[in-house]
Amino acid sequence: MVRLLLRRLALSVVLIVLVPSITFFLEAITPGNVASLLLGTNATQQEVQQLSARLGLSLPLYDQYWHWLTQLFTGNLGTSYLNGQQVSAMIGQRLPVTLSILVGSLILASVLGVGLGVLSATRGRAIARIVDVGSVIGIAAPSFWIAIALVLIFAVKLRLLPAIGYVAINASPEQWLRSLILPWIALGLGLMTFIAKQTRDQMLSVLNRDFIRTLRANGVSERSVIFRHALRNAGIPVVTMIGLSFVGALSGAVFVEQVFVLPGLGSALVLAATTHDLPVLEGVSVVFTIMVVVVSLVTDLLYAALDPRIRSVR
Amino acid sequence: MTAVATRPPLAEIRSVSARAFARSFRRHWLGMTAAAFLLLLLVACVAAPLIAPYTPEAEDLTIPLAGPSLHHLLGTDQLGEDVLSRLLYGGVISLEGIGEALGVAIVLGVPLGLLSAYRGRALDAVLGRVADLGLAIPAIVILLMVFALPVGGETAAMVALGFIYAPSLYRIVRGAALPLREAAYVTNARMSGVSTPLVLWRHVLPGVAGPLAVNLSLTAGVTLTVQTGLNYLGLGVSPPAPSWGGMISDAQSVLNQQPWLLVPTGLTVALTILSFVLLGDAVRDSLAEAWSLETSSVRPARAIARVPGPRTVQTAEPDALLSLRGVSISDRSGRPLTTDVSFDVQAGEAVGIVGESGCGKTLTTLAVQGLLPPGTRLAAGQCWFGGEQRSSGHGKRTPGIGYVAQDPAVSLDPCFTVGFTIAEVVRAQGHLPRSAVRAQVLELMASVRIAAPAEVARLYPHQLSGGLAQRAQIAMALASEPRLLVADEPTTALDVTIQAEILDLLRALRAERNMALLLITHDWGVVADTCDRAVVMYAGQVVEQGTVSQLVSAPLHPYTRALLQANPQRGVPGSKLLAIPGTVPAPGSWAPGCRFAPRCSLATDDCRAGDVTLTALAEGRATRCIHYSDLIAEVSR
Repeated sequence: MVRLLLRRLALSVVLIVLVPSITFFLEAITPGNVASLLLGTNATQQEVQQLSARLGLSLPLYDQYWHWLTQLFTGNLGTSYLNGQQVSAMIGQRLPVTLSILVGSLILASVLGVGLGVLSATRGRAIARIVDVGSVIGIAAPSFWIAIALVLIFAVKLRLLPAIGYVAINASPEQWLRSLILPWIALGLGLMTFIAKQTRDQMLSVLNRDFIRTLRANGVSERSVIFRHALRNAGIPVVTMIGLSFVGALSGAVFVEQVFVLPGLGSALVLAATTHDLPVLEGVSVVFTIMVVVVSLVTDLLYAALDPRIRSVR
Repeated sequence: MTAVATRPPLAEIRSVSARAFARSFRRHWLGMTAAAFLLLLLVACVAAPLIAPYTPEAEDLTIPLAGPSLHHLLGTDQLGEDVLSRLLYGGVISLEGIGEALGVAIVLGVPLGLLSAYRGRALDAVLGRVADLGLAIPAIVILLMVFALPVGGETAAMVALGFIYAPSLYRIVRGAALPLREAAYVTNARMSGVSTPLVLWRHVLPGVAGPLAVNLSLTAGVTLTVQTGLNYLGLGVSPPAPSWGGMISDAQSVLNQQPWLLVPTGLTVALTILSFVLLGDAVRDSLAEAWSLETSSVRPARAIARVPGPRTVQTAEPDALLSLRGVSISDRSGRPLTTDVSFDVQAGEAVGIVGESGCGKTLTTLAVQGLLPPGTRLAAGQCWFGGEQRSSGHGKRTPGIGYVAQDPAVSLDPCFTVGFTIAEVVRAQGHLPRSAVRAQVLELMASVRIAAPAEVARLYPHQLSGGLAQRAQIAMALASEPRLLVADEPTTALDVTIQAEILDLLRALRAERNMALLLITHDWGVVADTCDRAVVMYAGQVVEQGTVSQLVSAPLHPYTRALLQANPQRGVPGSKLLAIPGTVPAPGSWAPGCRFAPRCSLATDDCRAGDVTLTALAEGRATRCIHYSDLIAEVSR
């Protein structure tokens, strides 16, 4: 178990360095000049050269990469091309927003998804049907489209919740909650239907297993059979799948931030992409990769907590 | 004993002939509709320059945000551009993007997956690691990086997306191709000197095509989501050029004035993604169906035999602990699985139910326990336990009956310690303080002769040996203080030396607790060791019953005799062990008349003429054979 975790950690470090490095790699294999891109088509040759020198872009690419990499390990992610702001400071400001969105919708989706899944596995066809249809719609409707529809209904027509914007939790917890409800639903809906379907399928397969019959036959209550034994065993693969779907949720968060104009890392990422702000892009990609890695480690730990057979693997 | 047919998982499906697939697929109307919709969309978008009423960028500022009309079927946007035309032209970009992403993923993932499965070893290990890394990379980050670089654009992003998909495609192809490596036709081709690429192309790829098609269809849906999203962010296609994502973004900006604008594009996108998903699902289901049709030799019986009602409705034996009368179980379609099963078990008595697999032994005891699986029901007959009639056969467990299953390795919940599971059964009997529960658990474990109960209680099932796990299972069954213990092949999964110990234990427990035992088995040695009486079942019927000594020394049904002759433990050294020719017929395909007649050496036309009834011969002795007197004659000779 410990060795398994150590191997995972090593892989994590590789991943955290690898993902942002892809920018440099792509820069190296593709033609064109970032400085001229930043200045637009009207810039003179001289202006381009000046900017290149100022941003360190005139150095050979491997020098730039080496500089970036050594700085990464000291926690310095460089400064934005656009406004000269420290990338790490910018991330510090925006991270709480993105985390609020992600964590909230993950909790929402997991709790409701597992609940619906168990219900549809044990309570007959009507709910199973709803979960089926819901999971297809959840896949089919992109999160940003759901987001816009939610804005239309709850903000524009019913005027119940704010359409856009974010309020920090320490400014006003109530306003914070109100500003996040729609983003949570928009991002969580698809995830919830996915989790519900996975839970249902796993529950049905576990309920067919021999030990369930043995438990029932010897008088263990149906409540314990379903919620303790079947759910625990079904939970093992479901946890893995929730972990894997996190990568997708990250993409969804980028779009949802855009629709609701939330000042999170996703908006920063999109802005950086449209303005060719490479340091911001690299910095945010480090943070996103760390999130993926942390979620996958948590998944492993949960997995071990649920399944004693994993714990005893050396 | 599984009564409900299950679909084979996709990973087990090898090659399925195109015709069988097409036949199954045609029955999936959702999949067919989805395919038709996608085809229509493709044709309409490709033909956009011919059929679109306007050019996509034809502004008409006199009619901004018009609703649907004859001139503009889907209305106009804020610049007065025709929505339908933009939708058609925008679709071209979307479909191109899907083609690019899938193309790159196929070119990378498929050959590498095939090679990895086929060559194995080092290549497989390296590619596996790379794929692991690839799967953990957040796609959105890579895509946005592409847009930030000078090369950035719609095509570059879609190519990058193809790279991102490649690892999962690689996984799928590798997984599907792995079992094919050892398939006979592939080995033959390799032996006869066909080059590796040719073997892969001609023999392995077709076997992989099914799972690949399913995945590509789903991936196409995901691609459209991502691509629309990127266009919505204003990346890739710059306005005024039309794109579906851009149109959603336009619609959002005028949400207050004209909410309608969200509908045409949003619906088109959703329907297209939906079609890809449904198409993938339908392909997967059709593959599974075609596969099960091609592999199962027995086709589902067309005509369903009528359940023959019990000949005589007998009343229960008043003193018996367990009494079954005319019990018939059928599945949802009404197909009989067992018919007219009657027998008694007295208090403290040990009764064996003997027969081959598929004769209805387990199903009968499940009805007794009140645990019939979903999809089966008690069609006729009655069942009494402890003087009380049990009504339905499922939904409610019959209290007072303990149950021990065949394989202890899969009959204990792997996630909980043995002690916890036993304690649960103890607690189910009534509320007890914690310490009393624990004491009782340890006592139960000691009573099944587990040497160190406290230590074993803390272990998980996977940490126990087969014999120890079976003892733990018996302790669990005893925790409900049963008057009847149902043991379903309790020794079949164990080593021979352990078998004897478990049988000893069951015998001892029965005497100690004055508990009746209903033992399901196909092994006459086990019956002779453990039981007073036995009931022989064949094809859903009781064919003979009597005391064990009667049955073993003078069987009065040819099936009992055949079973005894096929039993290795009774075989006289040097004499030939006789196998029973043929197999147990599946429910619904029972022969008319005597169900054993097709496999019986004594069968005559009389046997096939009509249903054979169970003839009671003496106290507790009965046979369902019209030629039993021949058997008596044979024995006395």
